Amino acid sequence: MGLDIRLPIGFMFILVGALLGFYGHFGPQEIYQRSLGINVNMHWGVVMLAFGSIMTLLGSRAHKKK
Amino acid sequence: MELTAIDWLIMAIYFVFVLGIGFALKRYMKTSTDFFLSGRSIPAWIAGLAFISANLGAQEVIGMAASGAKYGIATSHFYWVGGVPAMVFVGIFMMPFYYGSRARSVPEYLKLRFDEKTRGFNAISFAVMTIFSSGISIYAMGLLLKLLLGWDFNVSVWVSAAIVLVYIFLGGLTSAIYNEVLQFFLIVFGFAPLVFLGLRDTGGWGGLQERLARVATENGYAAGAWSHSWKMLDDPSSNPMGIEWFGLAMGLGFVLSFGYWCTDFLVVQRAMAADSMLAARRTPLIAAVPKLIFPFLVILPGMIAIALTYKAGASGFALPKRPDGAFNYDLAIPMMLVHYFPTGLLGLGLTALMASFMSGMAGNVTAFNTVWTYDIYQSYIRKDASDEHYLWMGRMATVFGIVVSVAAAYVATVFNNIMDMLQLIFAFVNAPLFATFVLGMFWKRATGHGAFYGLLIGTLGAAAHHGLSLPKGALAGVKGGWFATLHTYPSEMAQNFWTAIYAWTACFIVTIVVSLATKPREDKDLVGLVWSLTERPKDEGSAWYLRPGFLGIIVMLLTILVNVIFW
Repeated sequence: MGLDIRLPIGFMFILVGALLGFYGHFGPQEIYQRSLGINVNMHWGVVMLAFGSIMTLLGSRAHKKK
Repeated sequence: MELTAIDWLIMAIYFVFVLGIGFALKRYMKTSTDFFLSGRSIPAWIAGLAFISANLGAQEVIGMAASGAKYGIATSHFYWVGGVPAMVFVGIFMMPFYYGSRARSVPEYLKLRFDEKTRGFNAISFAVMTIFSSGISIYAMGLLLKLLLGWDFNVSVWVSAAIVLVYIFLGGLTSAIYNEVLQFFLIVFGFAPLVFLGLRDTGGWGGLQERLARVATENGYAAGAWSHSWKMLDDPSSNPMGIEWFGLAMGLGFVLSFGYWCTDFLVVQRAMAADSMLAARRTPLIAAVPKLIFPFLVILPGMIAIALTYKAGASGFALPKRPDGAFNYDLAIPMMLVHYFPTGLLGLGLTALMASFMSGMAGNVTAFNTVWTYDIYQSYIRKDASDEHYLWMGRMATVFGIVVSVAAAYVATVFNNIMDMLQLIFAFVNAPLFATFVLGMFWKRATGHGAFYGLLIGTLGAAAHHGLSLPKGALAGVKGGWFATLHTYPSEMAQNFWTAIYAWTACFIVTIVVSLATKPREDKDLVGLVWSLTERPKDEGSAWYLRPGFLGIIVMLLTILVNVIFW
């Protein structure tokens, strides 16, 4: 039905992933005590960014085929 | 717990996308079929993820983690025994009738196969159930957000209800389905780091096992009671669930699970929206794959929480207690989120939690608006209106459904027992229904009178069993025994399973007896509705590895494998 759901999912994950990754890299580091010393924002942000990119790629390829 | 700007920003992004999907789909909603059935245009993978996501409401997420803490890995029976097999069955054997009959809802199938009164009985009980489920979902959310973040109950309830309202009102079922797929990924990505951090805190799988052994022995069970799913089921007294394997296999594995996955329109509706018969049959099979994996996402955190409570890890996490001194198991996931997630990821985790509440609510509301419009309004109130009118009615039913759900949420705040009460009603209504469907689809001699009286007696049978039995240590009342106490079960769960078994058996026998005494319909009227009179769907057009039969076998083999691994 018109809209390929992979595109909004992809965009949202790219946006949130980039935000988390950026904050993890440049933001305060003392907050990671609670996550057992791991900078989970940065790591998980990158994973989400990658997932979002794959979704966007799949969605836009299907869109072009049409 | 204080949130910072980045947490708020992540929540805001989610809300913008959820509403954006609704607005983007608005222009495609031209007919009532578009609104209620997504114009039967949804690809299998989307329908499959929505199928599982509609079931992944908050009660599921919160409740399964709570059970994981309370009963250990045996909670996985709700997935690997009480979920996947029934999903394979509905995909392979039942979907040909649901999809092939062109029925627009589960009650409408009952009308085509049996008669008007059977449809009416199911439509009305289902409509009431969905509204209350959705109400309880937002009630639980309001309560949780108040406890965790100190948010105002009224604001949380009304804002989340308004968001769900807007996206369904605009984009109908498609909007609900698309958002369910988004919510699915969000829930996975929001909770996965929790499992990682929790396991790290227990010192990995080995450390978790060692701690769980301690939980078991300190509670008077053998060391493996929390980490084995089948080993302790030979006797009700040797496992914390208080259940033996037969009650589990029959009550949960057969009656309750098949009753839910095969007849509940909330999930079946997602498959009915698929773009072809093949896609509809694949829908539950695709959904079965995440269902196999979810125990690691929702049950494991509960097990980690209880393990760390008995022997603390480096971070000092422990489950909070209720005023009466018992553990508050329901807070396992929420408290872990707040404990382990730093600002940023915390926003994501809370958004995932809210997404699960919303997907549960939206699933109920879309099932309600369809059953109301087609099975109640069009059948009994206004028969021959234009399609435009029914589309309008669907939107009005969405508004009405949401407003009544919110009202139900407020009712729940007044009555302490309403949750238990509703659980009970669900068991009464859902358990016998599967007998009606099995006989309806696979025995052409079953008649409308048989189905109706079978359902009625099955429901009353469930009530009678409940009224005559009581779980150990409970007081007579909403927990049972309100008639007399003839039997005491070791646990509430054992009582539930047996209530379902009695209800199913009563419905099965009465339907057969009454059917044999009444006049059957002619064969020609039952083509496409009954197994023996319907041509088998041909899958030759698709690759062998995509055929439902093959997918079903693979999923079942994987299910056996996980059961053996965690034996």
